[in-house]
Amino acid sequence: MELWYTENHTDNVRFSIKVDKHLAAEKSDFQRIDVFQSKEFGRILTLDGYLMVTEKDEYIYHEMITHVPMATNPDIKNVLVVGGGDGGTVRELCRYKTIEHIDLVEIDEMVVDVCREYLPSISCSLDDERVHIHYEDGVRFVRTAPDGKYDLIIVDSTDPFGVGEGLFTTEFYGNCCRALTEDGILVNQHESTFYDSYANSMKRAHSRIKEFFSTALVYQAHIPTYPSGHWLFGFASKKFDPRTDLKADWWNSLGLVTKYYNTILHTGCFAIPNNVRNTLRETYK
Amino acid sequence: MHYTQNDAPLYEAMKNLRQNRVVPFDVPGHKGGRGNEELTEFLGVNCLKADVNSMKPLDNLCHPVSVIKEAQELAALAFGAAASFFIVNGTTGSVQAMIMSSTKEGDKIIMPRNVHRSAINALVVNGAKPVYVNPGVNNRLGIPLGMSVKDVEKAIQENPDAKAVLINNPTYYGVCSDLKSIVDLAHRHGMMALVDEAHGTHLYFGKDMPLNAMAAGADMAAVSMHKSGGSLTQSSILLLGPSVNEAYVRQVINLTQTTSASYLLMSSLDIARKNLALNGASIFEKATKYAQYARDEINSIGGYYAFGPELIDGDAFFDFDRTKLSVNTLDTGLAGIEVYDLLRDQYNIQIEFGDLGNILAYISAGDRALEIERLISALAEIKRRYGKDKSGLFDHEYINPIVSLSPKDAFFSEKEKMDLEKCDGKICGEFVMCYPPGIPILAPGEKITGEIISYIQYAKEKGCFLTGTQDMEVGSLQIVKE
Repeated sequence: MELWYTENHTDNVRFSIKVDKHLAAEKSDFQRIDVFQSKEFGRILTLDGYLMVTEKDEYIYHEMITHVPMATNPDIKNVLVVGGGDGGTVRELCRYKTIEHIDLVEIDEMVVDVCREYLPSISCSLDDERVHIHYEDGVRFVRTAPDGKYDLIIVDSTDPFGVGEGLFTTEFYGNCCRALTEDGILVNQHESTFYDSYANSMKRAHSRIKEFFSTALVYQAHIPTYPSGHWLFGFASKKFDPRTDLKADWWNSLGLVTKYYNTILHTGCFAIPNNVRNTLRETYK
Repeated sequence: MHYTQNDAPLYEAMKNLRQNRVVPFDVPGHKGGRGNEELTEFLGVNCLKADVNSMKPLDNLCHPVSVIKEAQELAALAFGAAASFFIVNGTTGSVQAMIMSSTKEGDKIIMPRNVHRSAINALVVNGAKPVYVNPGVNNRLGIPLGMSVKDVEKAIQENPDAKAVLINNPTYYGVCSDLKSIVDLAHRHGMMALVDEAHGTHLYFGKDMPLNAMAAGADMAAVSMHKSGGSLTQSSILLLGPSVNEAYVRQVINLTQTTSASYLLMSSLDIARKNLALNGASIFEKATKYAQYARDEINSIGGYYAFGPELIDGDAFFDFDRTKLSVNTLDTGLAGIEVYDLLRDQYNIQIEFGDLGNILAYISAGDRALEIERLISALAEIKRRYGKDKSGLFDHEYINPIVSLSPKDAFFSEKEKMDLEKCDGKICGEFVMCYPPGIPILAPGEKITGEIISYIQYAKEKGCFLTGTQDMEVGSLQIVKE
């Protein structure tokens, strides 16, 4: 018998992973949550059937969404993570002793519970004393956050349809901008450009962020299990340019061991290919 | 009748017909969509297959004897009415049927001036004369309210020959009049009580709702099932009380309603009625909860006033429909219509309407918490980014009309075109209204004043969508030749 997990990357493209065991199948107020055991990718978390993380390649996403802003501004003390109930982003953040406070806002408590039980290597830092988990809507949390509270906001969201929809909107980015300090940084999961449906969300998100931040760039990573394998992150700030403001010596002195990120890649990941640049140019029109 | 509210006789007959694979040599010519591929791809094959013509197993709306008759009887039961009619020409059709079956040429009908244009349209067609009752006005909000019983009583005493009283309940903004008292008052004076319940379907099914027309003993009510009831756009239901001649009303409806009634619309009424009867209480509990949450959150932003039951005064604001999310925007320095435009253009959020001082967001069971959060967030952001000093904002929405001619006489009189700014003192020969909400600023036969002209100019300047006039730009009006 063969058991396969399949995700439709588009109406016409499928991505499948052979599964050993279906470990969890839960239904929360917001979505369906599944965990699979696979030979090739280890454990896999899916929400409403969409692949979120696998044990084999999650480090790429979590390192890139965290270390790029952290190596740009060593003074980051207060961090807000929106989404990211698996705990991977928090795990990377907790490696910095300089960070004093982390708010994690996850709408779905069951995601956190499932990840604590089945994905301990990802959720392992959720109990760090600096981490404060809030189970509520991210749009609401940011709306009610005080002006200038955070040095860094990381939007670790699902795709811009369904539960995560509000995290790609003008009203959300506007409130993020307000809740950030003057030298604050906003990093977000920025979809990809290869398939049209994702490209459109990416374009929309990018032009909305541009409205609020003088610097709004995208950087890339290669994530085998995400549609097209090529994934983008957004970097926005009112003050920093991550390409020139990189504090490489400081970051390297920390001695953090990473499997994907390094300070040479830091600058390199902003060198984006023409297909992405062209799509971004369309955004500016 | 052997049916219960678990049944949907018209819907079931349509399903049976589909299973029987009857060969169609009748209209519509697209034949289940095969004749129009692009349309079928866009709307879906099920939709095209349901677009059928009247035939024996599916009854006929003009003269219902089987499944449509049964579906209408079930709807009447669900709404607590003596009889009901499925209407496929919108609630405009229902309102016109109420007015045209209760009045004739020259008859008087008492109504609030803030009626929907469909009511005055009916008067243009049948020649009845309106006796307007000025609605109460809330000056803080600048909106017309319901009718006060005192004002209706005065109108009745001054016009004892009037045939009917038409009541708007609730208004677009969710404001209810003292329906029971007004209905009783009309009946004591031998007048019919008609209720435009375009925004009131849920009053029949939700818990702790304001009183509905049938429960208040009204003779007829026009119910927009497609608004809060969940049926398709343009479908509506006309409800009758026990003392109305159903057969005559059917004849009046058939004067203007299509003979090719859409089965998409009719089946949607049948299915929506079943859903409301079975699940209405929980559906509207959810909508009420969302609206209340949004009201509380919006009021905590500051600058906005999402008004609610605290305004109930036992008179022209007799009750409030708590599913409505009406928000006054003037303290943000922005006109309602400006907030409405910003929501759509900057935030991709489409709300029901914005007028000079208010916006209305339509809340229903179809909403999700995440969308409510987006709306609240966007309003907070609009205030932060675009809010300004509120001086110079026009703040009233209701101007007492001066009626010089009946709507019919004015509409069909000799008219001439005149530039808007020169119309002061003339009699208007057409409608002018912002759409939505579609409540006339001017109706045919009303005197044009300087105040009205500046109101129209201000509404245009703020970006309101003005309709009703021959001149698409509303730069000129058709006035009655003297």
